[in-house]
Amino acid sequence: MLGWFRKNKKQVSPSESEVSLETESSHSIINKEGGELEPRDLSPEKGSEDPVSRGSLASRLKRGLSRTRESFLKKIDDLFLGRKKIDQDLLDELEEILITADLGVKTVEDLLEAARSLADRDELADSSALKKILRDKVVEYLSVAQNKAMALPDSGPFVIMVLGVNGVGKTTSIGKIAHKFVASGQSVLLVAADTFRAAATEQLQVWGERIGVEVVARESGVDPSSVIYDALESARGRTSDVVIVDTAGRMHTKVNLVEELRKIKRVMGKKIFGAPHEVMLVIDATTGQNAISQAKLFNDAVQITGLTLTKLDGTAKGGIVVNISRELSIPIRFIGVGEQLDDLRDFDPEEFAEALFSSVN
Amino acid sequence: MAEWPFLTVGKALMFDALSDKLNSAFKKLRGHGKLSEDNIKGAMREVRTALLEADVNFKVVKDFIASVSEKAVGQEVLDSLAPGQQVVKVVHSHLIELLGGAAEPLNVGGPQPVVIMLVGLQGSGKTTTTGKLAKLLQSQGRRPYLVPADVYRPAAIEQLKVLGGSLALPVHPSEGGQNPVDICRAAVATAKLKNCDTVLIDTAGRLHVDEELMRELSLIKKDLRPAEILFVADAMTGQDAVTVAEKFNQDLSISGVILTKMDGDARGGAALSIKKVTDRPIKFVGVGEGLDALEVFHPDRLASRILGMGDVLTLIERAEAVVDQKKAEKLAQKIRKNTFSLEDFRDQIQQIRKMGNLEQLMGMVPGMSRLKQMNNLPKPDEKELGRIEAIINSMTLDERRKYQIIDSSRRQRIARGSGTTVQDVNKVIKSYSDMLKMMQKMKGMGAFGAAGPGSGKKKRKRPKGLFR
Repeated sequence: MLGWFRKNKKQVSPSESEVSLETESSHSIINKEGGELEPRDLSPEKGSEDPVSRGSLASRLKRGLSRTRESFLKKIDDLFLGRKKIDQDLLDELEEILITADLGVKTVEDLLEAARSLADRDELADSSALKKILRDKVVEYLSVAQNKAMALPDSGPFVIMVLGVNGVGKTTSIGKIAHKFVASGQSVLLVAADTFRAAATEQLQVWGERIGVEVVARESGVDPSSVIYDALESARGRTSDVVIVDTAGRMHTKVNLVEELRKIKRVMGKKIFGAPHEVMLVIDATTGQNAISQAKLFNDAVQITGLTLTKLDGTAKGGIVVNISRELSIPIRFIGVGEQLDDLRDFDPEEFAEALFSSVN
Repeated sequence: MAEWPFLTVGKALMFDALSDKLNSAFKKLRGHGKLSEDNIKGAMREVRTALLEADVNFKVVKDFIASVSEKAVGQEVLDSLAPGQQVVKVVHSHLIELLGGAAEPLNVGGPQPVVIMLVGLQGSGKTTTTGKLAKLLQSQGRRPYLVPADVYRPAAIEQLKVLGGSLALPVHPSEGGQNPVDICRAAVATAKLKNCDTVLIDTAGRLHVDEELMRELSLIKKDLRPAEILFVADAMTGQDAVTVAEKFNQDLSISGVILTKMDGDARGGAALSIKKVTDRPIKFVGVGEGLDALEVFHPDRLASRILGMGDVLTLIERAEAVVDQKKAEKLAQKIRKNTFSLEDFRDQIQQIRKMGNLEQLMGMVPGMSRLKQMNNLPKPDEKELGRIEAIINSMTLDERRKYQIIDSSRRQRIARGSGTTVQDVNKVIKSYSDMLKMMQKMKGMGAFGAAGPGSGKKKRKRPKGLFR
């Protein structure tokens, strides 16, 4: 699991029309012609939470890697080590590791099939060659969509619409994403369009206070589209660089609620040309095969352009995103690895694949 | 289901994805006498895939397959009966057994006020479920006291206060800076003063690997000695469900499980994993966002759902909720007497729309969940139903009762009146007349209660052991 916290590898310098969010201290987020903005004061409300301190990250990491956790995790290397022959037993264990990571029956079968055929043709020197091939295959599945960067509009704010089923961590992710933008000197406006769940608006407002950004909110029960309409109006007046819209969690199977999402998206497009520029689906890493259904149905309705995978700081591997990426060709933007402001990383296929192959024995 | 021509039509389409696959695996077995271990192997492969696709944990599946194979070996293969169905029956009943027998009620006996504690991961739905439980207990004449003990998530306390407000129930005035253990201790004392008999504690969501927060729960438990510690779990959870449930149970020895978000299309295999590793009963399932969307757990329904066999019982229950019994009887009469008019047709459509969205309904019909994934199939369209209604509304009373009189000029008028095209009108009339024909046939088959004793055709006996 250490992989999640490791430093990101080299970042391709973003072209002018792309947005790349870097996790490292540079915090350079958007390459935008002209208009350098003054970074805002980042001092958090509570002294106990220093969002950018690496010391606190290390201690949190330590806490996370407590006794319990160590006993859960065993690197797959142990499995490969000391075993030269690729036999049925090895493949069986491999299957268990992959299935347990929520990769899904079909993808696992495809992977094992590839392994088997290579083994049959004696093209594998030893088991570590097999591991490399499988990992590369997963990276390949994940990389298909990864080149689809976020596209920045020529003028006006960059509008992000965030959606997902209930309880996946939409609001928390929005807080973290907003923090990233703020840290890179962009002005951010948050829109509380979850007017349904009790105290959802308050939750976003607390995040807004912590990061020091404005939150547009209305009383609960009003039509979310009307909140967004007002918010985008004021965003134009205020020349915000980034507008992030928090929608209410909803089951992807509820037709009327998905229809509401469509309307929200339409309203954005009417108010600001091309908006939303990013339609971000948040997926909980503990979710199993149902995540595919979520991605499919939401994608049918509002054309998802990016994913955020949350709650990777537990023991779940979030392998289901491999299937989503493979089947729907949607890039994964961020991964959430904790509850603090800076616990959001850029997604790295290599790192992710590496973590998938750590076993749960 | 007799009053439901539409659904009965669906029945003709209905087949079980799993038993179908099993049947093809068993094709060569006809006339073999008894199932041997070898025969079973291929079939168990299919069962295994079905369970894994439903998110049942790998190890749990392994054990399950081992014990089910044992049960299935030695079963007699009857020529009259598809061996696939036979195996499905064994698998299904074994699943029900594992998921637990009859629903267990909440334990609210003992010294009052009784304490109920809800625990679980972040986002599993604890706060909403606390509200739902409070409503349920309230309706049983108890006086719940709501205690928000989540001092970490922004506005979590506020959320429970809002829910308490809408139920007109007292909520403990917790504050963000307080220690959760202190909050709970004070809350029980206040509950006594306020003459409340049930203290519902909504704890903060936490990761099972967060030792510090897990210790906090142990402290609350030690201090308050809750009668129930309910583990709230998301029905969409994947393989990790075992790890999480095991850890919560190990630290707190939970007393029951509440499965949330069952209103989606998740197969809910996590429930089996959780039940298996904790051996604690699943007490309730959450089926929606409203405060009354909490149902008693039914193992048989979940078993069918895990196997991808649809959820017919829920479908029937929902149908019963919207069907006016008298109207239904009248309708059955009409069908018997061949007086099923276009008006009745419209009533049917309205009732179906009342039951909820069509796609979800289709998902509950066995086999349909798989069909739905085949995209070439036309999707049921809510708008289409609205159009049919509009067309029938634009007809005169006479036309609705005798569709034969609707000639081309009448069709044009109806199309104009309903804002549709003549083709649309033709389609409606065609499907209505097709339906009439089908009803005639079904009447012959004994549906709609027409085939009473002595009404002619002999009813076919259901083969022994046929799985319903």
